Amino acid sequence: MGTYILRRLVLMIPVAFLVTVIVFTLVRLTPGDPVLTYAGEERDPATLDELRREYGLDQPLPVQYVSWITHALRGDLGRSLRTRQPVTEAIVERLPATLQLGLTALAISVTIGVLVGTLSALHRNSPLDLLATGFTLAGVSLPNFFLGLILILVFSLAWRFLPPGGYTALTSDPLDNLEHLILPAITLATASLAVNMRQVRSSLLEVLSQEYMRTARAKGLRERVLVVRHAMKNALIPVVTIVGLQVGAIIEGAVITEQIFFWPGVGKLVVDSIAGRDYPVVQGVVMLSAFSFMLATLVVDVLYGVLDPRISYSRKSS
Amino acid sequence: MRAFLRRNPRILVGGSLVTFLVAMAVFAPWIAPYDPTLVDPQIALEPPGGAHLFGTDDLGRDVLSRVIWGARISLSVGVIAVGIGFTIGVGLGLAAGYLGGAFDLIAMRAIDALLAFPALILAISITAALGPQIQNAMIAIGVVAIPLYTRLTRGQVLSVRERDYVTAARTVGARPLRIVLRHIFPNVTNALVVQATLSIAFAILAEASLSFLGLGAQPPTPTWGGDVNYSQRWLSNLMWWMSVGPGLAIFLAVFAFNFLGDALRDALDPRLRRAA
Repeated sequence: MGTYILRRLVLMIPVAFLVTVIVFTLVRLTPGDPVLTYAGEERDPATLDELRREYGLDQPLPVQYVSWITHALRGDLGRSLRTRQPVTEAIVERLPATLQLGLTALAISVTIGVLVGTLSALHRNSPLDLLATGFTLAGVSLPNFFLGLILILVFSLAWRFLPPGGYTALTSDPLDNLEHLILPAITLATASLAVNMRQVRSSLLEVLSQEYMRTARAKGLRERVLVVRHAMKNALIPVVTIVGLQVGAIIEGAVITEQIFFWPGVGKLVVDSIAGRDYPVVQGVVMLSAFSFMLATLVVDVLYGVLDPRISYSRKSS
Repeated sequence: MRAFLRRNPRILVGGSLVTFLVAMAVFAPWIAPYDPTLVDPQIALEPPGGAHLFGTDDLGRDVLSRVIWGARISLSVGVIAVGIGFTIGVGLGLAAGYLGGAFDLIAMRAIDALLAFPALILAISITAALGPQIQNAMIAIGVVAIPLYTRLTRGQVLSVRERDYVTAARTVGARPLRIVLRHIFPNVTNALVVQATLSIAFAILAEASLSFLGLGAQPPTPTWGGDVNYSQRWLSNLMWWMSVGPGLAIFLAVFAFNFLGDALRDALDPRLRRAA
């Protein structure tokens, strides 16, 4: 197992390098001169040149890349062109809001997904199963910005029992924080709930049709023991994979939801920064999202081996 | 064909929905009751009913006509983006799988790097970098789709490359390109058709998200995502119809392709069939 993790980490190096090159290149492709964004009303060529020098924008691209990456490795992602705040600081400040929203949504989608998915598989073609199947079909097709706006329309504007957006830190007013959290969390949870419910249902159905389940039933095990001990244990392995990747994709999910609900997290930061051509911030958030996604993939692969003893990593596998 | 559809009624349902959407896009100029960009302050903000079935927006433009014309953007982005991802992805997958060696190694690391990005973040970054235009949104969504096709194709090539009939073709002197196109590619087509259908659903959703963020086709071009974004300011006055029309259209289009894709998978690709 140790060797496997090590090999995966080594394989990650060229990929991580390519990821940084992609991020760097993408941001440099952006039309418009970032210095003009920062300089505001200032149009004096000498001052602009000085700013370019200050940000190293007068250097050839490979030099800029090396300087950027060496700083990045030390946790220095540069400063925001708009606010001059260090990028790392800007991200760290907003990360708690994003994590709170993302993890709440995930908790909702995993709990309900496992519960309803299981019931749905155990009572196939029952009204609940049909309802759940319909929901899984609709849930993945519903754009989250539309769902969010409908929720705001119904629960905030028409019935007025939840705020339409905004944020209060959990530490300053927990109740107010919760009130603001409900709608965005439901919005963010819906798509992953549909995916999780479907996965739980289908992998449980598959396990239930296996020979060893018949053996267990023939032994006279009670249905509850049968389902919980034998079936669920195996059926949840693929679910772990999906949920793991969903954890890695929290920032991605937050992009649009945070925008709609004025939730001051990393997702809103990146959208605002794209509009303001704030390269260093965009770069920082995109890097963070890519690396957390890569890390999640690695963790999921390792977990898979731990959870499923049939999978062995000692053989050479790709 | 008829028997095939009778055995798989879901394909018929999904296919009809998709056909309906395509017809809406193709015949938009003839079926839209009004010009989608015609501004008429006299009839601004009319609720649904009467002469304007889906109501009008704050500039007096007919929401239904904008929804119908919006299908053109959504579907063409969906199809072209998937076309880009499909062509590059499949080509790369065939080459990597068949050639192997250094080419395979480098190509697959590049694919891994693309896969390291969450899809929507990558699409947003590429579109933002190239500039907020419809063509750039197509390119961005196409690039995001490449890895899926490359992996699918390469895996299939690896599994059939050493089969007897491929060796036989090689022995009788068939050139590599011919072997790949005539003997290997046909093995992947079913899986690719399924994947392409599902990718169109993803592409439509991604285009809607990009337009919602102002990164797609620019106003006054009618786009579903852009119109939902534009009209959300009127929600606080409980004027919901401007958002609901295009929002439901996105849902319907994504649903149609997802539904068709699932049905096709169950019918064409038994290996991928989920227990259902």
